[in-house]
Amino acid sequence: MDDNDKPGPLRSRPTLRELTAFGVVSAALLLSLAIAPAKNYFSDWRHFQKEYLNIAGQRQSGTLVRSFHSGIRQIWVPKLGVVDRCESCHVNLEGALLGSTAQPFRKHPPIPHTLDEFGCAFCHRGQGPATSVEEAHYTTEAWEQPLLPARYLESGCGQCHLGPMEGTPGLNDGRKLLSTMGCAHCHIVKQPDGNLLKPDDNPPPLMHIAEKTSREWIYAWIKNPQAYAASATMPNFQLSDQDAADISAFLMAQSTASSAAHTPINLGARTPPPDATQAAALYGALFCSSCHAVQNAAGNLVGGNFGPELTRVGSKVNPDWLQRWLNNPAGYEPGTRMPHYRLDAQQIGQLSSFLMNKKDDDFLANVHLPPATADSVAHGKKLVTEDGCAACHQINGVNPPQNFAPDLTRVGSRALAQVVFAPGMKHNLPDYVVAKIRDPRSFGPALKMPKFTLTNQQVDALATALLAQTDRAAGLPEELVTSAARTTNYHPGGDAGRLMEDLRCRSCHAINGNGGDMAPDLSWEGSAVQRAWLEDFLKNPNTLRPALIRRMPKFNLTPGEIKTLSDYILSAYQSPGLDAQTVDPHALDAAAAGRGKQLFYSRYQCQSCHIADYKNDKGYVGPALASVGNRLTPAWMYKWLKDPNALRAGTLMPNFSLKDDEARDLTAFLMTLKAKQGGGK
Amino acid sequence: MKLLHITVLASLALPAGCRHSGPQPLEPKAYGTQIIEVSGSKQIAQVGSTLAQPVVVQVNGADGNPVTNALVTFRGEGMQFTPAQALTDSSGQASTTAQLGFEAGDYQLTAETTKSGGGRATLNLREIALGYEQTLGQAVNEKYCIRCHDSESTPERVSNLDNLSPAPHQFTDGAALNRMADADLTNMIANGGLGLGKSPQMPAYRATLKQAEIKAVIAYIRAVADPPYQAPGVKYGK
Repeated sequence: MDDNDKPGPLRSRPTLRELTAFGVVSAALLLSLAIAPAKNYFSDWRHFQKEYLNIAGQRQSGTLVRSFHSGIRQIWVPKLGVVDRCESCHVNLEGALLGSTAQPFRKHPPIPHTLDEFGCAFCHRGQGPATSVEEAHYTTEAWEQPLLPARYLESGCGQCHLGPMEGTPGLNDGRKLLSTMGCAHCHIVKQPDGNLLKPDDNPPPLMHIAEKTSREWIYAWIKNPQAYAASATMPNFQLSDQDAADISAFLMAQSTASSAAHTPINLGARTPPPDATQAAALYGALFCSSCHAVQNAAGNLVGGNFGPELTRVGSKVNPDWLQRWLNNPAGYEPGTRMPHYRLDAQQIGQLSSFLMNKKDDDFLANVHLPPATADSVAHGKKLVTEDGCAACHQINGVNPPQNFAPDLTRVGSRALAQVVFAPGMKHNLPDYVVAKIRDPRSFGPALKMPKFTLTNQQVDALATALLAQTDRAAGLPEELVTSAARTTNYHPGGDAGRLMEDLRCRSCHAINGNGGDMAPDLSWEGSAVQRAWLEDFLKNPNTLRPALIRRMPKFNLTPGEIKTLSDYILSAYQSPGLDAQTVDPHALDAAAAGRGKQLFYSRYQCQSCHIADYKNDKGYVGPALASVGNRLTPAWMYKWLKDPNALRAGTLMPNFSLKDDEARDLTAFLMTLKAKQGGGK
Repeated sequence: MKLLHITVLASLALPAGCRHSGPQPLEPKAYGTQIIEVSGSKQIAQVGSTLAQPVVVQVNGADGNPVTNALVTFRGEGMQFTPAQALTDSSGQASTTAQLGFEAGDYQLTAETTKSGGGRATLNLREIALGYEQTLGQAVNEKYCIRCHDSESTPERVSNLDNLSPAPHQFTDGAALNRMADADLTNMIANGGLGLGKSPQMPAYRATLKQAEIKAVIAYIRAVADPPYQAPGVKYGK
């Protein structure tokens, strides 16, 4: 120690001023440290959990309260990137609480999945990991996906399930509309399994349109398709008079002669003048209304929507063209879905004059077009090219446009920053999608998308289907994706195949996974029916179901054609699971038939839905069975009675869990139901 | 120059924008004493969706004749209306399009008009929202049940109800079906009339429908019951 090492002067006591400063700083520090715990303490979820415990205490005398663990709750599904903390406030999703409650304590309604399988935001959107009401439910600066309104909720299902389901009618309708309204002609919509959505609206080719109709009709049609036919799916391009006139000029100019153009239809002078009543009866007898609708006096459409509406067809088509079309539609349009009826000259004359009378003289009364010039044709071609007409229609000299419209594969996750909203619109994705479908040009007159005629329900359904096209769906693990049933490219072969294609059987009937759903699937028809019945049916199709309005048309087939078809159907369309030997013919005796009759009328009361005897039975639901002994094979009948769904998936007929001997006795009884001699059915 | 443009545009846009802010409140020009339904109640739709048919009500005066230009206000918890207020037309009618809320179940729609001597005349209507399970039940109903359990025929689907004796219960028949417990209905659907000593016209669906589908049909029957179905058990306040 040296001299220098002497103690310094003692520090004087802190002044009041210093103490105050110290106090303030400490308080501020403490306060700032308290922010986090306070935020936690006053958080939304804590508040709701306390409220929940209050209600639970009142209702369940503490049992639920004691087992309740307070804190943040979350569903974590690493494989799907799901971290959903919604259960922190929605504590009663599983429904532990007795009685009904308001949100956030409502029980989740029953769905086919457990809640921890996919979490919440997968279907409901919103921000899963958020723990405040505001951030979880609404749009914030960092999160732009608010909760999805309930009417689009089925889009959640559509991310994995690509086919129609019974519980999601809106999604099913929307997907169907994407095909039938032709959206997929211009837009690419790729589904999570890699398949592209395909259009299913069959727009007619326009290469020979001058044969079919007039320039005036084209003009009026493209100006407003729904003015011609209320049910038309062609959208309105909101064309100016000049543009519509030029397009009609171009379409007439590009038209070439079809292969049927020179087919003479010899109606002959001998043909008696068409009789209106007879013609109407023929229209009915050919079951034209199975596919085509006509507006009745009350303004309601009567008939199918498979082919175009015919209310004003007389104002549209040329009579010569109509006759050639009725003679053989494929001569004008090889890809048509319309069958080739074997009509004779008299029938063609009657039908065509009947149809030509379906006209509206006012429709074209005010259409007066200036003659087409080279300029107007050139301008029309430019418009046709720019408006993308060739995306749907085949047109001479105009190639289908490529990448014409935005790809909608991920439209359900489109970032709002990439979206241009129309003025006055709410800034969220569902509203944008709906507005775009409802009135595309409201986003700017220069936009190309035309305006479709859709009901509010259809718009919501389309939005639901589009909102299912998310980023999440596009990146799903393969095992979660449930694809839709794919159509095969089955085509029947040989002479019979050619005949079946000519008759367009697959327009209505599915065979081996390819064809329409208007009429029964024929894949196993050969196992089901007897030859004599089949030949008779093809000659003169009579309805099996009293209540059915869509029926098989009469094609006027020749005996040779009928034999070709029957031979093919009976040998090629056999069910692999059906053995003709299953039922011993000797077991189907009178005693068995007697027991079967008892089962039919008393025990199972089949007459509730079927008619076995036209005098007494009234059942309307299933096919009439009065001559089923002529129609079906015993083996088919037996298997059908045992398990109808195995032979025809989705049939209305319930499975009665019949014992073997019951099914055998019923088969014996049904085999006794034969048509009376002399042709009575 | 550019600045001038912007100023001009802005000054044009401002009043235009203001005009859109908030709808003008409607003023009644006439008053009625009574409000009655024309159409649109008891519609069945999925949660959150817009009802297919508009809700139409009519305002009548003391003499029983319709009143034109009376103000009708529509409201209902969880529902949205376009428009929420309307003046009655020349036939005394006002209509609105209603959108259901998020929750499945019954929605009560109230239409209200101010009476001539003060006070209000109101009308309560019921609309039905189907959740997922009820929607599934509706699909099963439309496929399997409706032919016999609904008296209404369409061109595509002729009703079989009149052909049957005893007549099947319509699903809206709350007076009869509300008295049956879920377990009884399940039993009836699964095992048919034959298994329960009732009419064998009702087939057994246990081998045709899945358990979940039977449950869904019952949920649908409960949803559409008229009078409405009350689940058994203690009721608690909200």
